[in-house]
Amino acid sequence: MENFTPVASAVGGMLIGLAAALLWLGLGRIAGISGIVGGILPIRRKETAWRAAFLAGLLAAPLLLGAVAGYSTPAPVLKSMDLLVVAGLLVGFGTRLGSGCTSGHGVCGIARLSPRSLIATGVFMATAAATVFLVRHVIGA
Amino acid sequence: MRARFVAFASGLVFGLGIIVSGMVDPAKVLAFLDIAGDWDPSLAFVMGGAIPVAAAGFMLAGRRQRPVCDGRFLEPSKTGIDARLVLGAVLFGAGWGLAGYCPAPALVASVSGQGGTLVFVAAMLAGMVVFDLYQRLLSGSRR
Repeated sequence: MENFTPVASAVGGMLIGLAAALLWLGLGRIAGISGIVGGILPIRRKETAWRAAFLAGLLAAPLLLGAVAGYSTPAPVLKSMDLLVVAGLLVGFGTRLGSGCTSGHGVCGIARLSPRSLIATGVFMATAAATVFLVRHVIGA
Repeated sequence: MRARFVAFASGLVFGLGIIVSGMVDPAKVLAFLDIAGDWDPSLAFVMGGAIPVAAAGFMLAGRRQRPVCDGRFLEPSKTGIDARLVLGAVLFGAGWGLAGYCPAPALVASVSGQGGTLVFVAAMLAGMVVFDLYQRLLSGSRR
């Protein structure tokens, strides 16, 4: 528990909530990252302009914090490239199949009291915790 | 033009939130998910901070006929709980638990150009394209 950061995490969370509120009040769109990225890919280009602008803002954030606050990006934990590919495929395919990720279901959906999002969030949190348990405490990687 | 500015601002604030909250660090995400290990509950505070603020925004919007820069609110169209929702969440959770990256933090972290993160993001985008191809195949076979 030596890295417990409740204040920074809550403040960061409030910024995420603010961004979601801004996008809904301004554009009437849900700030779900998997939907925003999935909708911009060449094979199904939908509502491209605002999605591109949102992603540009998202990607500008680390550059801005790097320039003004000396932020540097933490390194990936998983070292195996094969497993990174597997994990990426699971996240990409899974979020599209389930119509959302941590932002779309976990923040926006729960804030809207969507039963679908409550179920999805419970399932992906439980599966993720079970995966970590399996990897760290059963397989012992 | 104004709509694009709002979208950019929302993306920027979202990205800052991802970094400030610690979500961008897969070690912290995995420590949050590792309930049986040296558990770091910090990331529960991310949802605790995000959900009320987002909910206030959705409630404010409920009093409006339309959003400020667009003709209508685009409500998510699906409402039922089905096998796709659950299976999708299971697959996503497995990938998230394996690498400690969900879509937004992975994209934000990829800007630094670290090899492992770029590989993850490339595979994530490929997974989304595979899903679209699979969708097309399904809708084609139903015709």
